[in-house]
Amino acid sequence: MRKELLNKANFAWLLLSVVSFVVLTILMKVGIIGSYYSITLYNIFINIILAVSLNLVIGVCGQFSLGHAGFMCIGAYCAGIMVKMMPNMTGLVIGVLIGFVLSTIVALIVSIPTLRLKGDYLAIATLGFAEIVRILVQNMEITNGAAGLNGIPKLTTFPLLFVCAVISILVVCNFTHSAPGRACLSIREDEIASEAMGINTTKYKVIAFVIGALLASLAGALFACNFYVIKPDQFTFNKSIDILVMVVFGGMGSMTSSVLAAVAIGIINVVLANFSEIRMIIYGLALVGIMIFKPTGILGTKELSFKKLFDKRKEKSA
Amino acid sequence: MKGKLLKTFASSVVALSMLVGCSSGSGTASTELKEGDTVKIGLNYELSGAVASYGQAEYKGASLAIKQYNANKDSKYKIKAVKMDNKGDASESTSAATKLMTEDGVAFVVGPATSGASIATYPVADQNQVPVISPSATQVDATMNGDSPYEYAFRICFEDSYQGKAMAKFGYENLGKKKAVIINEVSDYGKGLTKVFTQKFEDLGGEVVATESYNAKDTDFAGIITKVKDKGADVLFIAGYYSEAGLIIKQAREAGMDCTILGADGFESEKLAELAGKENLNNCYYSTAYTTVNASDDLTAFVDAYTKEYGEAPNMFSALTYDATNLGLQALEKAGKTGADLQKAIADAKFEGLTGSFTFDKTHSPKKSVLVVNLVDGVQTEAVSVDPNK
Repeated sequence: MRKELLNKANFAWLLLSVVSFVVLTILMKVGIIGSYYSITLYNIFINIILAVSLNLVIGVCGQFSLGHAGFMCIGAYCAGIMVKMMPNMTGLVIGVLIGFVLSTIVALIVSIPTLRLKGDYLAIATLGFAEIVRILVQNMEITNGAAGLNGIPKLTTFPLLFVCAVISILVVCNFTHSAPGRACLSIREDEIASEAMGINTTKYKVIAFVIGALLASLAGALFACNFYVIKPDQFTFNKSIDILVMVVFGGMGSMTSSVLAAVAIGIINVVLANFSEIRMIIYGLALVGIMIFKPTGILGTKELSFKKLFDKRKEKSA
Repeated sequence: MKGKLLKTFASSVVALSMLVGCSSGSGTASTELKEGDTVKIGLNYELSGAVASYGQAEYKGASLAIKQYNANKDSKYKIKAVKMDNKGDASESTSAATKLMTEDGVAFVVGPATSGASIATYPVADQNQVPVISPSATQVDATMNGDSPYEYAFRICFEDSYQGKAMAKFGYENLGKKKAVIINEVSDYGKGLTKVFTQKFEDLGGEVVATESYNAKDTDFAGIITKVKDKGADVLFIAGYYSEAGLIIKQAREAGMDCTILGADGFESEKLAELAGKENLNNCYYSTAYTTVNASDDLTAFVDAYTKEYGEAPNMFSALTYDATNLGLQALEKAGKTGADLQKAIADAKFEGLTGSFTFDKTHSPKKSVLVVNLVDGVQTEAVSVDPNK
C-alpha cells in the first residue's frame, strides 16, 4: 500500500474536523450556543486533551498513572504566571513551552526509576508526585500560595483550543501506530514476552509517559487561560480521578472512546447541574453500572477509523 | 459494524449540537423595570463539596431575605431566586455565574461564599454587566483586578487583614497595651494578619517585641511559649484558627502567661472553649463580623425568623448573606433598572444591616466597623465596635 499523506482516509478526517470546527464556530457566533454552553464546550475540549493523553499512558502502554492532575497543575501555573507578566499570545506560548520543559524534566525524574520496575509502582509514585506538586504550589511565593492566581487574562480562544485538541489526538494516534507505539502495545499485552522479543521496555514506557505529561501540561495551560482563576485545590487527587474516569468510562486503549467519554461527561454535567443534590449519586451509579455490565468501557478498544471504512467498502464493491 | 459506528458518532454529534443549541443568549444591557415585574436573582453557592457548610448557610440566609421581601406588600417587584451549585470549585463557579447571567438573565448574583469561587465570577460579572455581591470573600484584594476593582464586583465583609488593624487599634487605644508578641500560623491568613497588626501597632506607638510562627495542625507550642514568655509583653496576638489557638491559649496560661490575648475571627467556634478550657478564656478578645451579644431588635428578629424557618440558629455566614441580598434588593428598588444603573446604585449605597452600617470604598469593600467581643470564662459577654480607619 502506498504511503501518501493525502489519501482518502486522511482527507475524511480533515473534513470531519473542519466541518465540526465550522459548525461549532457558526453556532457560537450566531448565539445558538450561548456563553454558558460555550464554557461547557471549552471544558469538553480541555477534557478531551487530558483524557486522550492519559489514555496513551494507561490504555496504550498499560501503565497506571494517578498523577495527571500534577502535570496539568505544572502547565497551568507556568502559563498562568507567564501570561500575568505578558498578557498576550506570546506570553501564553512561552508559558506553554516552560510548562513543557518543566513537566518533561519532572516526568523523567518520576518515571525512569519507577518504570524500570514491573507492577503498579508508577501509580504510587505518580500519586505522591501530584501531591508534592500541589503542596509546593500551595507554599510558593510566585504561585501566590493557597489563594491561587487570579486575574489571568482569557487567552484561550475556540480556534486555539480546537487546534490543540486535534494536534493532541493526532500525536497520540500517530504514536500508537508508529514502531514505538507498537512496542508500547506489546508491553501492555505482555511485558515479559515483549522483553524477550528485544524491546527496551523501560524506554518505551518512559516515552509514552513523557508524551502524556506534555499533553497534560498543555491542557493545564489552556485551562488556566480559560477560567481567570487557578487554585492549588483544583489539582487534587480528585482531578486525576476525574480524568481517569473518562478514560475508563469510554474504554481503555481507544482514543475515539476517550473523546466520546469527555463529550458525554461534559453533557451529563450540564444536564445534571440543576439537580445538584442527586448529581453525584447518578454519576456514581452510572459508573458502577458500566463497570458491572461493560467492564471494558463503552467502546472497549474499538476505534472509529475511516481507513477501515473505506477498505471495507472497497472489498464490498470488488 | 464500522458503518453503524460512524452513524452513531454522526448522530451523537448532531444530538450534541442540538442539545447545546437549546437556548440562546439573552441580552444583558440595562433594562427598565416596571412595578410588579418578576425579577430573577442568582444564588451561586457551594451547595455540595468540601465547603458546603458555608454555602448551605448562605443559601438559607439569602432565601430568607427573598422570602421576606416577597411577603412584604410594599415591595415593588416579585423576586424569583435561581440557584446554582458550584461545588466549591473555581471553574464550576465561573460557569455557574455565566449561566445565571446569560441564560437566566438575573439582575444580580449573591454569592459564592469562598474567596476563590467568588473571584472566579468577577470577570464574568464585568463582561455581562451584572453585579455580584459576595457575602464572605475575605481574601486580601479579592475584588481587585490589578490596581482597579472589578467594576461589577462587591463584597460586604471586611478582608482578613482589616481585622489585624482593628485589633491593633483596640489593643493600643482601648486596652492601653504597649508591648505585643505575635504568634502566627504560616498561611495567607496568619501572615496577612501579622503584617497588618505589626504595622498598625507600631504606627500607633506600640512595640512588637517578638513574632513566632507555627504550622497548621501543630499541637505542642511549649517551645514558642518559652521563647516569648519572658519578653515582658503585656499583650499576645494569635493570628490563626481556633484549632491551634485554643491549644496555644491553654499552654500559655498553664505556663504562667497571664497577659491579655487578642485574636481574629479564626477564634469564632465553640471548639475554642473546649480546647483552651473555659477557665483560661478570660482577658481574651477577638474580632468578628457577627455576634448575638448586645443584639439589636433587627438582629433578634432575624435570629427568630431564621430559627423558625430552618430549625437551627443562624451563623455569621447566613447573616452576611441576608445583608448582601437585602442590599441588592434595596439598590434594585432605587435604580429601577438593571445593568449599569444597578451597579451605580450598589456602589453608592448607604446600607444599614445586621452586620453593621457601611458604604463601599474605592475597592468595593465595605467601610464598616469590626466587632470585638470579650470572653469571660469562655463566654461572649460584651461587643465593642472598632473602626480601624478612624
